[in-house]
Amino acid sequence: MLRIFSVLIACLLSWQTLSSEAIAAAESKLPSLFKQLPSTKLSKMKGLIDQISATNEPQVPATLEYLLNGELYYLKANKQIVRAKVNANKRYELTDVLTDTPLEAVTKSAIKKIKTNNALRGKIRGLLALLDLTSADKDIRIKAVKQLLDKPNSTGITAVTALVNNEPDEDVRELMSVALLVNQLLNDGYEAKLAAIKQLKTSLEPAVKNAMSNQLEAIADSTSEHDKTLAAELTKALADIDDRKGIFEFLETLFFGFSLGSVLLLAAIGLAITFGVMGVINMAHGEMMMLGAYTTYVIQQAFPQLIEYSLLMAIPAAFLVSGFVGVLIERGVIRHLKGRPLETLLATFGISLILQQLVRSIFSPLNRQVASPEWMSGSWQINPVFSLTYNRLYIIIFSLMVFVALLMILKKTSLGLHVRAVSQNRDMARALSIKSDWVDAITFGLGSGIAGIAGVVLSQLTNVGPNLGQAYIIDSFLVVVFGGVGNLWGTLVAAMSLGSINKFLEPMTGSVLANIIVLVGLVLFIQKRPKGLFPQKGRSAD
Amino acid sequence: MSTLTTSSTTSSSTADTNTGLNDSVTIPVNHDMKSMFLKKFEQLGSLHFVITLLFISTLYVTVCNLAFAEGSFLHVSDYTVSLFGKYLCYALLALAVDLVWGYCGILSLGHGAFFALGGYAMGMYLMRQIGDRGVYGNPDLPDFMVFLNWTEMPWYWAGSDSVLWMVAMVFIGPGVLAYVFGTLAFRSRVSGVYLSIMTQAVTYALMLAFFRNEMGFGGNNGLTDFKEILGFSLQSPTTKLALFVATAVALAIGYLVSHYIVNSKMGRVVTAIRDAESRVRFVGFKPEHYKLWIYVVSAMLAGVAGALYVPQVGIINPGEFSPLNSIEMVVWVAIGGRGTLYGAVIGAILVSYAKTRFTAIMPEAWLFALGGLFVLVTLFLPKGISGLLPNIFANKNKQQPLSANAEVKS
Repeated sequence: MLRIFSVLIACLLSWQTLSSEAIAAAESKLPSLFKQLPSTKLSKMKGLIDQISATNEPQVPATLEYLLNGELYYLKANKQIVRAKVNANKRYELTDVLTDTPLEAVTKSAIKKIKTNNALRGKIRGLLALLDLTSADKDIRIKAVKQLLDKPNSTGITAVTALVNNEPDEDVRELMSVALLVNQLLNDGYEAKLAAIKQLKTSLEPAVKNAMSNQLEAIADSTSEHDKTLAAELTKALADIDDRKGIFEFLETLFFGFSLGSVLLLAAIGLAITFGVMGVINMAHGEMMMLGAYTTYVIQQAFPQLIEYSLLMAIPAAFLVSGFVGVLIERGVIRHLKGRPLETLLATFGISLILQQLVRSIFSPLNRQVASPEWMSGSWQINPVFSLTYNRLYIIIFSLMVFVALLMILKKTSLGLHVRAVSQNRDMARALSIKSDWVDAITFGLGSGIAGIAGVVLSQLTNVGPNLGQAYIIDSFLVVVFGGVGNLWGTLVAAMSLGSINKFLEPMTGSVLANIIVLVGLVLFIQKRPKGLFPQKGRSAD
Repeated sequence: MSTLTTSSTTSSSTADTNTGLNDSVTIPVNHDMKSMFLKKFEQLGSLHFVITLLFISTLYVTVCNLAFAEGSFLHVSDYTVSLFGKYLCYALLALAVDLVWGYCGILSLGHGAFFALGGYAMGMYLMRQIGDRGVYGNPDLPDFMVFLNWTEMPWYWAGSDSVLWMVAMVFIGPGVLAYVFGTLAFRSRVSGVYLSIMTQAVTYALMLAFFRNEMGFGGNNGLTDFKEILGFSLQSPTTKLALFVATAVALAIGYLVSHYIVNSKMGRVVTAIRDAESRVRFVGFKPEHYKLWIYVVSAMLAGVAGALYVPQVGIINPGEFSPLNSIEMVVWVAIGGRGTLYGAVIGAILVSYAKTRFTAIMPEAWLFALGGLFVLVTLFLPKGISGLLPNIFANKNKQQPLSANAEVKS
């Protein structure tokens, strides 16, 4: 069958190269076939439908679908083929099938239905399935096979049996053989069933599991020896499948945990360096994230035609905006509160209130919609029960990149050297002519800038509103405390483990309770290890 | 954190070591007797001043509310009475915050939790007093439980219909939370910003928990729709006035208790812990015990404030746990002047009054103003308003230095 089609397609292609008249001829075939529809007798319809489907025109599947559902009519006046749907006031709304344009609604007397019978409908079903199965689009083929898996029918199975060996795509071929095996399991003899079970054990398609449990149910009460073996095999296979599914579910939860963890990492890492170096908590850190998210929003508003690139533009922009505000805060307020960490905490909290209200006044208190670029949406389907959404995947990768970049800055640059020196012993560093004031300002700007980047990431996950940052400040601080102050690796481990713990608890307890458990657990953890997982060594770290 | 900046403290440590922990060190020896007398007088002076002022204003409000008819120039409306009652609750709460922050250097960002717990204890008692007059008319269960299809009272609410139990819970609830958290935190020597954020995290967790309907604390809507207290209708002006007077009395008692505490020997140790915790430990005290003790007392005071607050505003909901609330309390104390009891009272009343006015006139500006206050007060008024008073209490302030050095230590 496929061969016929491919020959046909090859012919069409070669015609295309030959002359434009030929294309016109090829395209004009469908209207003339449609013309014959009203006058063809039921007995001759089969041939006509075959011819119509053989044209492989884009309108064909829809037309066949309409015919199947009894929605295909022709206008009595000019024999035009239309799709008719009755509306609320008993008039028929028409669509021209060839051009897919809506026509004026008419009464019932103006149109006549194109008749079908059971045999014909069966034929059309087969043709439709076949059309999808042989479609040039891989996704449509996969969809067709999946449909067949969910609702097996003999025509489809016959078609797949014919097609499976010529299927060019591996994924589709695999799916097709699964469909065949399921069919084998449901309909064939004992030996074949056993063989099918053996092969299906490794498949994670939900349809396979359904078919197996149905089969198991069907033979559960049977006393025959064969059925008993079969039942035992099926139970074993089902257990296998469940095990494998469990593994993938675990992986999926882990993935979600890591994606939450990487958001926490981005949020906390800026805090970690400002806290590590200056010993102050910047309560406005969350608001730096909020500023980053709003920067993304503004950029998308300013360049509506560049949504695809908006995130790439927003990342440096958010870094600059938040970093600039951070430096302002440091120079304006925090510098004057040196050595008074509690006051700094209060003052920065005041700043966070001002920033929130500022955003509320400028952008309105309502949440703003930030669009996701095309490449962030969708997911990577690894197998039927395990898929990774691209946005979360990119976020994990991105946050790790930021982490590595920051690590490099701290380890390899002279700025990093100064930052580490000041964080270990400020007075000694000053004595060695490091400008600690300058280092403070830069560190604060860097930390805030990273918070801004975190805001860009958050804008892809949650609503962008004035309270965006507030929700994260406590969590970020807990990450820093958990990981150990002044240790970036600790922050990484802490963020990822907190994210994962949260996600693993969630299905059992619900998200709110999971949050509470994590919080309480951390308070208890601090009892055991007041300096976090990876405490900084030396006396000054106390 | 306690010795984070070991090196930066050395400059002043010599002076401190010479003078020891005695708080009267600034006073020359030959004036000892006189200054001791002066000190006593001023301490009592501030105490008497505050109590008298409180008494007079309470009397004024009471008389003007009862004696003058509506529309009269001197009339104080029922609304205003409730409003003042609310302010006084806040003042009591501010006292509680000041006890731990101003005197012990523990910046608690979680006093809203103690306040709310006290409020919930009272709220549940009031809920039980509604009886079968609720929307669902169930004589045994409050409306929100009927709504959740519960058939019996959860065990932890047993006895919540008795006044004595309610009063006990107002103290026990916040007290136990403070005791448990304090034991854990102080024993492992969590201090400084760590402790602040921990208190905030606990409060936040409690807020999330109380928001859950299944917890049996009224969920989102909290407890409301109260009818009467001790058999008196909450809607009647007389009850409102009585509640106001009760709050004033509670504030006066709270003030006296706090005053007694900070001037007792224990209070001195607590103040010493604020200024130099390690040194107190080396001298042989156990700072964690003192801290725990003052923290629990403070939590109970906050609980009482919450319990008096609820019948006057008519509702308690998980929003009271929100971190912003707890931080606002700290601002009252910061603005009034921490380390002085009257400063906390002044700060709470002034800021709350400003909030009432601001949110009525231009609601947008309130958060700007509050945020601005945070920044300006910490930058320019580290001692708050009480630091501005050119005053009879000057010596007292000197005795409780709030140097940068002290802050690092805390």
